[in-house]
Amino acid sequence: MEKMPKWADVVLVPVVSLLLAAIISVIVFVAVGQNPWEALKLMAYGAVGTSDFLGYTLFYTTNFIFTGLAVAVAFHASLFNIGGEGQVLLGGLGAAIVCLFIPWPHWTLALIAGGLAAAAFGALWVAIPAYLQARRGSHIVITTIMFNFMASGLLVYMLSDALRPAGQMQTATAIFPDATHLPSLNDVAQLFGSDLFGRSPVNISIFIALAACVGVWLLIWHTRLGYQIRAFGQSESAAKYAGISAVNITMIALLISGGLAGMMAVNNTMGINTPQLVDNAAGGAGFIGIAVALMGRNHPVGIIIAALLFGALYQGGAELSAATSIPVQIVVVIQALVIMFTGALDQMVRSPIEKIFIRRGRAAAAAGE
Amino acid sequence: MSLMKTILGTSTALALTAGAAMADGPAIIYDLGGKFDKSFNESAFNGAQRWAEENGSEFAEFEITADAQREQAIRRFAEDGNSPIVMAGFSWATALETAAPDYPDTDFVVIDVSWIDLPNVRAVGFKEQEGSYLVGMLAAEASETGVVSFVGGMDIPLIRRFGCGYAQGVAAVNEDATVIANMTGTTPAAWNDPVKGSELTLSQISQGADVVFAAAGGTGVGVLQTASDEGILSIGVDANQNYLFPGEVLTSMLKRVDNVVYESFSGTTDAGIVILGVAEGGVGYALDEFNAELVTEDMQATVEAATAAMASGELVVHDYMSDESCPVLEF
Repeated sequence: MEKMPKWADVVLVPVVSLLLAAIISVIVFVAVGQNPWEALKLMAYGAVGTSDFLGYTLFYTTNFIFTGLAVAVAFHASLFNIGGEGQVLLGGLGAAIVCLFIPWPHWTLALIAGGLAAAAFGALWVAIPAYLQARRGSHIVITTIMFNFMASGLLVYMLSDALRPAGQMQTATAIFPDATHLPSLNDVAQLFGSDLFGRSPVNISIFIALAACVGVWLLIWHTRLGYQIRAFGQSESAAKYAGISAVNITMIALLISGGLAGMMAVNNTMGINTPQLVDNAAGGAGFIGIAVALMGRNHPVGIIIAALLFGALYQGGAELSAATSIPVQIVVVIQALVIMFTGALDQMVRSPIEKIFIRRGRAAAAAGE
Repeated sequence: MSLMKTILGTSTALALTAGAAMADGPAIIYDLGGKFDKSFNESAFNGAQRWAEENGSEFAEFEITADAQREQAIRRFAEDGNSPIVMAGFSWATALETAAPDYPDTDFVVIDVSWIDLPNVRAVGFKEQEGSYLVGMLAAEASETGVVSFVGGMDIPLIRRFGCGYAQGVAAVNEDATVIANMTGTTPAAWNDPVKGSELTLSQISQGADVVFAAAGGTGVGVLQTASDEGILSIGVDANQNYLFPGEVLTSMLKRVDNVVYESFSGTTDAGIVILGVAEGGVGYALDEFNAELVTEDMQATVEAATAAMASGELVVHDYMSDESCPVLEF
């Protein structure tokens, strides 16, 4: 089968997509009367310019690694889990319940229990859509996105009612006990006498995210289950013929996916400076995970790089709207453009580039004959 | 590598100049709902804008889009050297309590919070019950059916305080009047649900209400709209909303968030907990060209008498939040 070279697939396509997004962004900036070059520089400064900004970029990167991995694992089985947002919220609920109602002696134990609870809640939330997909043929895209709305409703109910301390008006849980608060990366840096990450909330769960990347790499490419997942994703009928159970693979791939998404909640509940679960805690990370996975070609290394890019974009964008009079809505437009071009419109760039390479390949082959 | 250095170098230089332009300047951070909500946040923005116009200065501002951004927003302005930093809304309390001690030289002002006691924080609360009492009196005076109503946003103690003050004002004018009180919901969605607000208003009208008071953020727009459509009077909240439906909005319960922002920006305030009532001009009712025909001189006289009595301490309006109960209204 004719294919374009690997470097074009991994580097050229994302770069061209980013360039397209940049061109439209420039038009948007000019239209609102801003200097696009200054805006870009400010965004770069906002992403890495101070230790706080760098720390926030890595904090968001941690979120996006988890959700990117979640989308990627399901994608290897040809399943499109776009319910990351809801699974993160449920994961947060799991972590919050474990942290608030069990008196943990030390954060290490709380981390293990909180992580497991977050993963379990995230996996449970996707279990129903997974079952419906595997057994009843209800499309996973439809069911997972509907489950996002239900998760949001459930979370708001829990935060307004059951988990809100009496007398508190903000819709949030109580602040978790100190013993469940994860050390920040700056605490780690201070052991070496450095203040690299300032007062930002980036915390040791970034190591868990990286460990999860290794785990996913091992799972997908170095285990029998991973082989089955990929075989199922490439061709369902061939996989069935080879004796792979479609129901099992669908369920397992989605449960792992939901678990990874749920684990993100460790970062944004137990890891933040004021450890608690707030409303809308996912903040769009579930959806950004889709773009991260697509841009990272569903490979952990690609996902780390894409997550860094989106982390920088997210943090730099916040700085852009704080430091200038550019309305926050314009910043959201810019972020959405990047997501749209690298994620949703990936094929728009990919197929013409693919055609060019194939044509050139044929021409070269013809010339060589 | 050298290219990377150049890029990073220039961006740092740029940011330094950008920072210098606003360093030491005041900053305001709005709550969810956004700067132009025609109510609470917009009132805060108006105060900042008034200060900027009078002084020919600029201020930094930020609209958060999720709860998770609160602490980051506070730290961002504090790191940049902005002071004072004004936050609108009680949801800022937790984040501020975490961040404020890290910036002892920065002044913080938080509105609608009356429990943070830190050396660099001015926490400003309002006696919403007093302003609500005044508009309750006007409602009872204007009502012909003897039935008036209240639409709250999210069912939290703060909103019950509005409702309780309102009911007391109504009872002070007409002891036999009925007050129908409904809350839009128990979740934050209740702040921005004009359709539900409209439905509640219709239901209240069917029970005989002919004046409705909305203390419900964006939901209130639906309440005022329906009141206008159905030909009854409405009462706005926080900002002066009389202009939204001229001649159909009886008055607005004013909460002078704009004054708090203006005074904070002017640098004339100290840290500490402050509760602003009618006596301090923190709450009141709106009278302008849009409702001049609705509020008769008799009505004005009644309300002014009550205002004076509150200011002198002769009249004390029961505060729902003091004991989580209301003597004249069941929620």
